[in-house]
Amino acid sequence: METLAPDLSPEAQFQARIDADLRIEPKDWMPEAYRKTLIRQISQHAHSELVGMLPEGNWITRAPSLKRKAILLAKVQDEAGHGLYLYSAAETLGTSRDQMLADLHSGKAKYSSIFNYPTLSWADMGCVGWLVDGAAILNQVPLCRTSYGPYARAMVRVCKEESFHQRQGFEIMQTLCEGAPVQKEMAQEALNRWWWPTLMMFGPKDADSPNTEQSMKWRIKRFTNDELRQKFVDMMVPQAEFLGLKVPDEKVRWNEERQAYDFGEVDWEEFWNVVKGNGLCNHERLQARVQAHEEGAWVREAALAHAAKRKERAAVA
Amino acid sequence: MATPDLSPAQLAAPAYPAELRSQLFQYVLQLADTSLILAHRLSEWCGHGPVLEQDLALSNIALDLLGEARSYYQYAAELEGRGRTEDDLAYLRSAVEYRNPLLVEQPNGDFAYTVVRQFLFDNFHYQLLKGLQNGPDARLAAIAEKSLKEAAYHLKWSSEWLIRLGDGTPESRRRLDKAIATLWRFAGELTTPTPNESQLQELGLVPDYAALLPAMQAHVAHVLAEATVPLPTAPVAQLGGKTGRHSEHLGYLLAELQYLQRTYPGLTW
Repeated sequence: METLAPDLSPEAQFQARIDADLRIEPKDWMPEAYRKTLIRQISQHAHSELVGMLPEGNWITRAPSLKRKAILLAKVQDEAGHGLYLYSAAETLGTSRDQMLADLHSGKAKYSSIFNYPTLSWADMGCVGWLVDGAAILNQVPLCRTSYGPYARAMVRVCKEESFHQRQGFEIMQTLCEGAPVQKEMAQEALNRWWWPTLMMFGPKDADSPNTEQSMKWRIKRFTNDELRQKFVDMMVPQAEFLGLKVPDEKVRWNEERQAYDFGEVDWEEFWNVVKGNGLCNHERLQARVQAHEEGAWVREAALAHAAKRKERAAVA
Repeated sequence: MATPDLSPAQLAAPAYPAELRSQLFQYVLQLADTSLILAHRLSEWCGHGPVLEQDLALSNIALDLLGEARSYYQYAAELEGRGRTEDDLAYLRSAVEYRNPLLVEQPNGDFAYTVVRQFLFDNFHYQLLKGLQNGPDARLAAIAEKSLKEAAYHLKWSSEWLIRLGDGTPESRRRLDKAIATLWRFAGELTTPTPNESQLQELGLVPDYAALLPAMQAHVAHVLAEATVPLPTAPVAQLGGKTGRHSEHLGYLLAELQYLQRTYPGLTW
């Protein structure tokens, strides 16, 4: 590590680097709590990409045109790619993909609760792209400048693809809203279901988010949950109006003084309920991941056994 | 390939005589259906692969085949000249109108089934595209040229996995043997020409399957030897898909694939 102030303790030097907006790299000294927080956050993010493949994967076989099918399949495949970069970024902190997956499968590690909601109509593919990826972008763009180098670099790639995903989601919504009445109803019905869960994606209120202060200090996080939630509402309400749709919140109103939208209160009971594992799809999402992993065990073992045989033969030859 | 009895002017798509045009339409549709149905099957793996890298590989192959299918459907729609689109052809035909061989509609089963199905198809597909690339129909040649690069990668992927599973663990070998015993009987249909294919082959418009067989057989022998798997005794080939007589699996696949278009006819998505 380039030393900014040689007389200071490692902790103070580390904080000085962060304050100077310099990146922390894998071999640099870092406080154990910083390492742990990052492993938790990056692996949680990787798991979200992996589990996030399932609700959209649910519609690949039913996409309504060949073009939509190709776009959706490519999008879900991108998510698998994001999972790969993020697992690799987390591995630079001294954990392994096997360990991270074991923690996901045991329920110890979390993933974004949004994926515990079901995708029930084609318009959900629009809402997932437009709203869910829209919220993810707001959360993730600041992470391109996060203090840990490998995470920041992974996020630059992730964000480029996410913005394409969001546009395709919006375009699905737009096509539905410009289509037949039945399609517009489908779009509104999906918005009604996805609006509040997406607002929950920004996490608990600042007052109830104990990790925020430390994460802001370490520049792992750059905005608070409530700041991002407000930004999201300000961005999405006009887009919904443009589509001719109505967000399902009677309290949404432009506040001239704040130059922002006022909006209603998230149902925090539902939020904590889903976080604790009681959402409609928590069980089946995790089960699908565990099943894929267990049913893939013999394939992974065969690949390793074959590689070992090859190596042995090469050594003999 | 025999020299076609047709002048280059006749061979330009719009100038094909009506009957030939309709025959070629059937043939291109068969190629399109084949790539679409296999792409659809592979896309069912998305999110459920045995390891993240292979989840990506399966989706990649599915995307390649889907892209290829779309090119064929677009050409088929033009050859037919009745204003149908790629989506009309894919979404609004029933199972008996589909022309894919039985192999590609078979369910994914476990990873060994998917690998064997893919290997049998890729081995044929790669040689077929090589033939089409040099064929007299400019449009098919162009599609084949683009797809050939992808098909070469697919064949490499499925050959390598077949070898890993055959020469891996006793468990992977047991599963591979079972997949071979189940799926090998569907390989023969790929190179058994339908009456329509025979006529187009005689005209030299499409590759003669008999000419593709030696290279295909050599590759199978090579890969199975590497996999330490004995060459299966040729089972009685199951035929029918290419003339619209399918296994029961296709109906369910199409019910899912066509669900939205059938439920809400005539809308834009």
